[in-house]
Amino acid sequence: MSKLNFLATLPEAVLLTAACLILVADQFVPEHRRNLSYSISLTALAAVALCCWNLLDGQGVQYAFGGMFVADPMAQVLKLFACLATGFALVYAQNYARARAIWRGELFSLALFTLLGVMVMISANNLLLIYLGLELQSLALYALVALQRDQPRAGEAAMKYFVLGALASGFLLYGMSMLYGATGTLDINEIAHRIAASQVANRPALVLATVFLVAGIGFKLGAAPFHMWVPDVYHGAPTPVTLLIASAPKMAAFAVAFRLLVEGLTPVAGDWHLMLLLLALTSLAVGNLTAVAQSNLKRMLGYSTIGQMGFMLLAMQSGVAGGTTASAASAYAAAMFYVLTYALATLVAFGIMLLMSRRGFEAEEISDLSGLFRQRPWYAFAMALAMFSLAGVPPTVGFYAKLVVLQSLLADNSALPVVWIAVIAVLFSLVGAFYYIRVVKVMYFDLPGADHPLDASADMKIALTANGLAVIVLGVVPQYLLGLCSSAMVRTLGG
Amino acid sequence: MTATFPWLSAAIWIPIGFGLFLLSAGRDRSAGVVRAVALVGSLVGMLATVPVVSGFNLERASLQFEEKVVWIDTLNANYHLGVDGLSIWFVPLTAFITVIAVLAGWKAIGERVAQYYASFLIMSGLLIGVFSAADGLLFYVFFEATLIPMYIIIGVWGGPNRVYAAIKFFLYTLLGSFLLLVALVFLYQSSSGSFEIFAWQRLPIGMTAQILLFLAFFAAFAVKVPMWPVHTWLPDAHVEAPTAGSVVLAAIMLKLGAYGFLRFSLPIAPDAAHHLAGFVIALSLIAVIYIGFVALVQTDMKKLVAYSSIAHMGFVTLGFFIFSPIGMEGAIAQMVSHGFVSGAMFLCIGVMYDRTHSRNIADYGGVVNTMPRFAALMMLFAMANCGLPATSGFVGEFMVILGAVQYDFWIGLAAATTLVLGAAYSLWMYKRVIFGSIANSAVAQMTDADSRELLALGLLAAAVLAMGVYPRPLTDAMHVSVGQLLQQVSHSKLP
Repeated sequence: MSKLNFLATLPEAVLLTAACLILVADQFVPEHRRNLSYSISLTALAAVALCCWNLLDGQGVQYAFGGMFVADPMAQVLKLFACLATGFALVYAQNYARARAIWRGELFSLALFTLLGVMVMISANNLLLIYLGLELQSLALYALVALQRDQPRAGEAAMKYFVLGALASGFLLYGMSMLYGATGTLDINEIAHRIAASQVANRPALVLATVFLVAGIGFKLGAAPFHMWVPDVYHGAPTPVTLLIASAPKMAAFAVAFRLLVEGLTPVAGDWHLMLLLLALTSLAVGNLTAVAQSNLKRMLGYSTIGQMGFMLLAMQSGVAGGTTASAASAYAAAMFYVLTYALATLVAFGIMLLMSRRGFEAEEISDLSGLFRQRPWYAFAMALAMFSLAGVPPTVGFYAKLVVLQSLLADNSALPVVWIAVIAVLFSLVGAFYYIRVVKVMYFDLPGADHPLDASADMKIALTANGLAVIVLGVVPQYLLGLCSSAMVRTLGG
Repeated sequence: MTATFPWLSAAIWIPIGFGLFLLSAGRDRSAGVVRAVALVGSLVGMLATVPVVSGFNLERASLQFEEKVVWIDTLNANYHLGVDGLSIWFVPLTAFITVIAVLAGWKAIGERVAQYYASFLIMSGLLIGVFSAADGLLFYVFFEATLIPMYIIIGVWGGPNRVYAAIKFFLYTLLGSFLLLVALVFLYQSSSGSFEIFAWQRLPIGMTAQILLFLAFFAAFAVKVPMWPVHTWLPDAHVEAPTAGSVVLAAIMLKLGAYGFLRFSLPIAPDAAHHLAGFVIALSLIAVIYIGFVALVQTDMKKLVAYSSIAHMGFVTLGFFIFSPIGMEGAIAQMVSHGFVSGAMFLCIGVMYDRTHSRNIADYGGVVNTMPRFAALMMLFAMANCGLPATSGFVGEFMVILGAVQYDFWIGLAAATTLVLGAAYSLWMYKRVIFGSIANSAVAQMTDADSRELLALGLLAAAVLAMGVYPRPLTDAMHVSVGQLLQQVSHSKLP
């Protein structure tokens, strides 16, 4: 436990090196050879993904840095997908960023630092390390949002993100400090151990700490009622940055929720499971109902994220309701699968938006997509698949995400209220389906405006095609990804 | 007899394969080739269903042509196919109607031909999948996936109000489907992790749960049938869909709902089915009588046939819920017959619409003078629509009325009014459109049906007559399975 065990942190080490390398290289590379930074980033991401993949096989749970850092199968899966998501986001960003003069070294180094923060959060086994990862991720993202600094909207979004993000960090930190006060340790395993052994005299402090932690996690996930920043930041940030915010950080927030609540605070699960249920239901209602009224695609996806996270939290809270380890593992695996499929579909949606954008034109209104089917049938098809996936219509992968969440929710179906919660959840999903298929309607049924010349690079087209195909292929044969999530979760909880 | 060659898989995947090929390779420049490929695809698909019919064992109640492969290990879901007496006829019917649909759109569709035919072929495979799925999850995936091509068909190639109709169609059906999903997951958890429909049929379930399950199934299937009062999407969808879309919608898609009753509602929740039979019978009779009157006053031919479809499907649900062999066999015969007759009626309207671009009854009159051969064929279908003996329409209606009279004289009497109403709306429309003197110059310029149209209508006419004159093979095939189903329904499943 007290070993350094450096090998377990290899992915982070590689990533940090690459990020620093870009920072240095940037000083010597002229502006027109900026592709060097791009190549280094993609190579580094591939290397990191490979490391995670290798670490996934074989060992169970490993600790490093004296128990501060944990490398378990769940962490490897999440890191792997966070790398892939960031990589795809950078590929998609190319066109857009070049046209707006933000194709600079900062974009890459900040994106990699964001990812580093995400990975630290995923693997943190200590309250301080969680906070450190969180701040690393957040600070890099604040800067990224403000990257287009001559745009007033981006500045506003960055400010809003910063203030509310700082507030959320404050909540989280306050909760952590109370937790530390109540238990006398920062180590998550030790916290669970001490609470379970009833060494905690100050129960109210513990519950209050849980409240603040849940609020902080709610902020980071963008769950209602802590969602106010989501639509504004999604809308205001440059589209590639919105994509970065929408993908990997959600995985980190999921991991933090898992570490803090499931690994650390299982003994008070009775308290936080109701809080999560409340967050889930309000998110489903607020996110889905508000998204209907949006005409801006980025805002709509922002609100829809809120609803999606609500659905994911349903699985998260049902893990403790069942009681057994097996049902808990399947519930958290369901939540993880949900986050991953959400990221997969969101990547396609933003990828299409970035594909359509060109110099002096932001494709971000839903109506900007009108008639896409008549001009670019394949990309319209990919976007339609992403929308059907988010709506949960088979045979896309998003359907299985909804399925496994419902399955974990109904695992203990002796209690009838659970059935009604499931019914409420699917009814809000129906509302969600309305605005998702409206996008399909605009693309397929409406007549196109002027033809857009696409000046996308080949790698972007390939990536977008692969990404779109993944949504349907994983929907026809979902076993692979489902099995990956479930076996990782079983090994994480078992070891 | 165990089939060595997976004919059912072939029947599902051949059309889907052709569809995907057209989707990826088809271009508008080579529309002629695309049409030919689509025709070949549908014909090969139909050939694949021939062995299923010819090799079907009439003595067995259990599944035949079974295929079972592990599909999603984590969820214990299998790719499990098979047909029994309840589903056997819908497999060739779907393939046959697809050929008709391909012929129907031959000239009317001039743009994005490849996507159009791809949608129909893919839908055909998915529909056969629904009828042959023995695994609950597989059934749901096929059931839901059919929505996507139909949504696109109505929305892209439909009439002026197509967007409204397409979205209404999608959301209406999705509402029921989501509730069905909750029910399926509930059953999955109650049967300790199985998606086998036949395992669910043996599962003891309490009365409250049975009623909730029944209502969830009802939400999904009653919308699809459609039963009064959730039928309002159908006239809109029919009126706006292109001819071939209406044909498939009426001939096959409506049967999915009725088939769902047979496969899910009755055997899985038999006590609830008995408990709520009065309710379903009442709704069915409302559909038969009230919707019959509604059909009478329509001025749009497609709407008229759409309402007559609802009335005819009311007969089907009535036949199911009187729980007698003759009623149930009559209902299934009615489903098959309605597949031919309603498909043919929509095709006839399409033939006229292609010439005059009007569906209003008032715009026609005296068509017999310009289109004598067509008028003769349409006469047959109009007669079949009102249940004339020696046409297929008579078989099912007669059997259901017979069963209803045995069950309760007054219900039988109410059901029998359809013979009057059906004759009234079908023949009155026929008289106004076809007979009389030539009404206007548009009618005067109509040319008689060409060989392609005569082929499609002739095939349907042959089917209608064959089934009307000699229905024995039809009922023989379903006899054993219906007996088994009724036995299942008569045994209480209360624990």
